[in-house]
Amino acid sequence: MSNTATLIDNLKAEFQLEGNSALKSIKQTAWNTFETLGFPTVKNEEFKYTNFIPATKSNFTLQAKNSISLADFNSIELVKEEANVLVFVNGIFNTKLSNIISSKEEVYIATLAEALTDSKEEALITQHFAQYSNNISDAFTALSTALAKDGVYIHVAPNKVVSKPIVLYFIADTYTEEVFSQPRNLFIFDKNSQATIVESFTSFGNKVSFNNIVTEITVAKDAIIDYYKIQNENEKAYHVGTTQVNQKGNSVFNAVTVTLNGAIVRNNLNVVLDEEHVEANLFGLFLPSGNTHVDNHTIVDHAKPHCNSNELYKGVLDGKSTGVFNGKIFVRKDAQKTNAFQSNKSILLSDEATINTKPQLEIFADDVKCSHGATSGQLDAESLFYLRSRGLSEKSAKAMLVYAFASDVLSNIKIESLKLNLEHKIAEKLAVN
Amino acid sequence: MLSIKNLKASIGDKEILKGLSLDIKPGEVHAIMGPNGAGKSTLSSVLAGRSDYEVTGGSVEFLGKDLLEMSPEDRAREGVFLAFQYPIEIPGVSTTNFLKTAINEIRKHRGQDNLDAVSFLKMMKEKMKTVEIDQSLLSRSLNEGFSGGEKKRNEVFQMAMLEPKLAILDETDSGLDIDALRIVANGVNALRGKDNSFIVITHYQRLLDYIVPDFVHVLYNGKIVKSGTKELALELEEKGYDWIKEENKEAV
Repeated sequence: MSNTATLIDNLKAEFQLEGNSALKSIKQTAWNTFETLGFPTVKNEEFKYTNFIPATKSNFTLQAKNSISLADFNSIELVKEEANVLVFVNGIFNTKLSNIISSKEEVYIATLAEALTDSKEEALITQHFAQYSNNISDAFTALSTALAKDGVYIHVAPNKVVSKPIVLYFIADTYTEEVFSQPRNLFIFDKNSQATIVESFTSFGNKVSFNNIVTEITVAKDAIIDYYKIQNENEKAYHVGTTQVNQKGNSVFNAVTVTLNGAIVRNNLNVVLDEEHVEANLFGLFLPSGNTHVDNHTIVDHAKPHCNSNELYKGVLDGKSTGVFNGKIFVRKDAQKTNAFQSNKSILLSDEATINTKPQLEIFADDVKCSHGATSGQLDAESLFYLRSRGLSEKSAKAMLVYAFASDVLSNIKIESLKLNLEHKIAEKLAVN
Repeated sequence: MLSIKNLKASIGDKEILKGLSLDIKPGEVHAIMGPNGAGKSTLSSVLAGRSDYEVTGGSVEFLGKDLLEMSPEDRAREGVFLAFQYPIEIPGVSTTNFLKTAINEIRKHRGQDNLDAVSFLKMMKEKMKTVEIDQSLLSRSLNEGFSGGEKKRNEVFQMAMLEPKLAILDETDSGLDIDALRIVANGVNALRGKDNSFIVITHYQRLLDYIVPDFVHVLYNGKIVKSGTKELALELEEKGYDWIKEENKEAV
């Protein structure tokens, strides 16, 4: 057992100022912020229910080995269709398991480190890096910014449609050590471009892993982006994931976050609707069980008029698991004619599972349509009886009702094999078939 | 096939079935009639295994086995089917979807192999014709946005698919117009055979013009107080239930 201060010391030893002077200055400021803030405790309102302090006491290595085999990778592959595949093991890019098939004309895909060696991309990175994420009061994001070394850089030029999905696998390899990794992604979608991105998180081995990942996404005018985040790590995996999105006029951003497993998972999905006629759709499904904990924090920031946001998060909680949904919606003074909808529905499969839901709407404009709703309850007893009276076992009946409950989230996933794969994993999780 | 002896059942503190006895042989159709609150729906719920009811006495034997000991799914697998009085809506679950699972779980229980997709579809088509139900309805969320008649036809369709040995129709005729009633009755009659039995619970004699029963029983105050043939149903239609109530007041 180590302690939190040791981890901070070790992180400090990793901290080096690299890159151009602008990036250096951003990183230095971010490090100073992290040192001042430290890891958040439960006294921090944003982390009231989600405590990572015990996890920071693990004996982490920051330079982990990589022993993931092709067989390991095949066992977790999510997408059967032809796709661009980038694999990171403990935060380090794995060339062997990766395969980029789209042409350079269609999309520029590289590791962040590699992209920085290209002067054209470096200029873009400097322009966008850490410009959207919260590096002032969010310690995890500041830490990521300060220590950002590698991750995925995607740049789609104007009017380009990336026909093949881009699937990013972040694998924690804890076969030999406790690992702490911080991949850092930056996606730049130029005007009228289209792309589908998948971020997958899995873990191997039975030691503790900690993933602090930040993905920044900028979506220019008229671009249409699908973004799927799939988490299926083990019961010793701690995850803080922040996805920060900035959308310009007429763009559409669709996000689906599916959390199947993980010890303590915290997802921050923050979207700024930064010009008029923007549409953002945020869907989430989380299925904690045992003693695990899943916390989804979202911020939808309506900064400009005539924008639509639609948010639906569903939880299925079993065992002694706990869930948190915190959904903030800001409607700024200028953002007239805003439509913002939010809904969080949960099913508790056990008496010992808990969900904490907190919608937070702050509306400063007067001509808006906003609504929010939250429900939690058990599976409908009458529906269960109906299905059982037709010969379905209690387990099958429950699984069927859980699928049905989850289906309006999963139906937003447009990669067919991914959707089927998730349905299969959910079935496995509910111990049927 | 079914032997109910002195069955007593309560919901909460209230005793609803107060010693009901009924014997049904293979191939027979029994109609159970009675005024509101007599215990008709309680009987069907207890037979199907709804947990809201507590059986406080008596026994139910189905094909030589103790029915009351079985879970609802095992009753279905052994061949009991309940057509619900108020079929529920289940968003996101289609009839096709759950019937396929149901049929295969029933087959597994009986030591049979899974039904392959082609045979399942063939069976569906055949049964759809009998109850005049459309494929599109069966692919939609169960009963969501269905009319009353469509819901009842869906119940009869499921019955046809599951081919039960004992089917209990709980006021399947309520709220049906004459055309829907005819369709539902055709579905039931198509399934009638020397090995299948039916309990038809109804308020009105009308359904019995289409599904002609072998026996008619009057359920009143938790007991069967009168049994007869189909003529009894006509008598009830004509005279109402008051004379039954009167007769039993004297008996009490």
